[in-house]
Amino acid sequence: MERLTGAQAMVRALEELDAQVIFGIPGGAILPAYDPIFDSTRLRHILVRHEQGAGHAATGYAQATGRVGYCIATSGPGATNLVTPIADAYMDSVPLVAITGQVPSPAIGTDAFQEADICGITMPITKHNFLVQDAADIPRTLAEAQHIASTGRPGPVLVDIAKDALQASMDFSWPVEMQLPGYRPAAKPHGKQVREAARLMVDAKRPVLYVGGGVLKAHAAEELRKLAELSGIPVVTTLMARGAFPDSHPQHLGMPGMHGAVAAVAALQRSDLLIALGARFDDRVTGKLSSFAPGATVVHADIDPAEISKNRTADVPIVGDVREVIADLVVALEAEHEAGRQGDYAAWWKQCNGWRSTYPLGYDEHEDGTLVPQYVIDRLGKICGPDTVIVAGVGQHQMWASQFISYEKPYTWINSGGLGTMGFAVPAAMGAKVGRPDALVWAVDGDGCFQMTNQELTTCAIEGIPIKVAIINNQSLGMVRQWQTLFYEGRYSNTDLKAGRSQYLPDFVMLAEAMGCVGLRCDNAQDVDATIEKAMAVNDAPVVVDFVVGKDAMVWPMVAAGTSNDDIKIARESAPDFDYEMGEVVGDE
Amino acid sequence: MSDVRSCRLWPVGGVADMSRHTLSVLVENKPGVLARVSALFSRRGFNIDSLAVGPTEHSDVSRMTIVVNVEVLPLEQVTKQLNKLVNVLKVVELDSDAAVQRELLLVKVKADQAVRSQVLEIVQVFRAKVVDVAPDAVTTEVTGTADKLDAFIRVLEPYGIRELVQSGVVAVGRGARSITDRSLRSVERSA
Repeated sequence: MERLTGAQAMVRALEELDAQVIFGIPGGAILPAYDPIFDSTRLRHILVRHEQGAGHAATGYAQATGRVGYCIATSGPGATNLVTPIADAYMDSVPLVAITGQVPSPAIGTDAFQEADICGITMPITKHNFLVQDAADIPRTLAEAQHIASTGRPGPVLVDIAKDALQASMDFSWPVEMQLPGYRPAAKPHGKQVREAARLMVDAKRPVLYVGGGVLKAHAAEELRKLAELSGIPVVTTLMARGAFPDSHPQHLGMPGMHGAVAAVAALQRSDLLIALGARFDDRVTGKLSSFAPGATVVHADIDPAEISKNRTADVPIVGDVREVIADLVVALEAEHEAGRQGDYAAWWKQCNGWRSTYPLGYDEHEDGTLVPQYVIDRLGKICGPDTVIVAGVGQHQMWASQFISYEKPYTWINSGGLGTMGFAVPAAMGAKVGRPDALVWAVDGDGCFQMTNQELTTCAIEGIPIKVAIINNQSLGMVRQWQTLFYEGRYSNTDLKAGRSQYLPDFVMLAEAMGCVGLRCDNAQDVDATIEKAMAVNDAPVVVDFVVGKDAMVWPMVAAGTSNDDIKIARESAPDFDYEMGEVVGDE
Repeated sequence: MSDVRSCRLWPVGGVADMSRHTLSVLVENKPGVLARVSALFSRRGFNIDSLAVGPTEHSDVSRMTIVVNVEVLPLEQVTKQLNKLVNVLKVVELDSDAAVQRELLLVKVKADQAVRSQVLEIVQVFRAKVVDVAPDAVTTEVTGTADKLDAFIRVLEPYGIRELVQSGVVAVGRGARSITDRSLRSVERSA
């Protein structure tokens, strides 16, 4: 037992929990904690420029490493600036612990200076949160926070610590005993359900493995590959699951959803069995829910019981860690095979391959000769190779980065899927690079996104975090503009970020240099490769490349919001015909 | 926006609603738990008919009785979401046939000398109690099911109801079994 202040106990607990890194900014209420942080050799504090950057950096760190990401801020505005990254982490099930200072206990509820009820504010966007008013509770609460954040379905946990609790003395001892009688992460997958799922898999004629982000959270990519190859069933990976199954694998049909590959969307729509693994039937995947995969029986495996039958009723629900579920499915499927029952998907594969060869992802050159954004992203992926971690913002560039870069390994694709947080890329890339310093980390960002959080490049320059940023600069809020083109008769209300001015505004190269980064620019196809290589050659500073691209490029395919996946378009007036393809393929036989 | 989206306003007419369910929720007795539960209901768009919360035989545990107005599938979603709250120990749906359900009503009725005896007669018929008397009003207390309380209110209405306050439903399963046994043991272990 040691006599420590609450603040010292906080830092000690974080050291004992092996937090390693914490992103944050000091301020009045959290100030006591920053004194022992100053001395710590086991906890690296990274001083960001805005608390939102701290939160997204912690998320990037967590998504790249599988560890818990930590961020810290002061009370009031410091805490409320964390709200967006906390909501983001909640939607994408990211293990995040946010520590905030709170005004001293006697001042709570008095509208004191920099007081905000951050526990109340974050109640609907955290897995759980704590208000700590007693120094003695600090170590146990942090242990509980880390445990809750990282077990079961991961998620953000906020620990709000009153300033007087940080200043008071307490008896520190470690380890601590957690007191969480109401917290019971999911049990083992039910054997009977798993066997039923295996039986359905061999009986099905048109099955699809619908793989969601939970597979990455559960570190189940190896198991998934085993199951896919054993079963021979086509695989689709959602936006959150890119990298969980190699894009180059012949069984991979691509990403489903609003901007998914035609083969992936069509396969879901026409399937007779969906095996959903760590996926949540999000509206961006299902399109209009009532017309989603109308003929499919649904096996739904998830660690969160509340996800099962939330949007689509599951015929075979399996609650459990998806890694265990998949491992059990492999065993059950082997038993089916040994008993002489094997799935026959030959006709189904013909159909899927027909869709795949007839409707591959692609893009057109621009008539006005401007640089094609998809080309830039395509080249970036090819030059960087499969070990590069790609971190995207939100919008057109995000969809292109998901579509045109080939993800071969887990944890090489990080993005804001559920909340769709513009400004995610730069700070998240910073966090990813801190977590995996040996990996090449590229942020693929839009010019709209970049202007929301680029100040963290200064943090990167100062802290020695050499990320690379490719700004896909179309001088507009591209995805919104695309919707205005398609649904608002081309009335571009407030999506032109330069308001028609001809100069670079801002000049991203100068901006990058002002923040201690190397700035490069490329505005034509001939220079793309050389510019990327030039960026790759810089290893001692962050690099920002301003790719000036045409603004009229659109993301295709597209399922318009609220419509059926059957109405997917591959270009403005062009829809694929799932059944025509099927007829043609059958006719070939 | 109110946490409790729909509060039942009298009179409801006593028509049994097939989609009304009574949940008993055991929670850790900690600050903010009521807010977490009610916020969950409002955020997920579930209607609460009534919510009553109070202590149990174990000082670390509170019990909420929540009457929700949902169909079966959303009910499953409600209970799953409730179970995800870290401070929630146990959620049990009480079948109305196998549970005793009670509400408490306090009602202040105009009752001058001319009608007082009639009012007192009604009080007797309903096995209610007079808890306060003033020269021109009486305050009565009655417990029972929602139907009984509604009937009592309807009969008193013609005399002029000055003020009315009603508790949420509290409910307990019939028979010797207790829903608290196992969950309380786990609380004791961790305490």
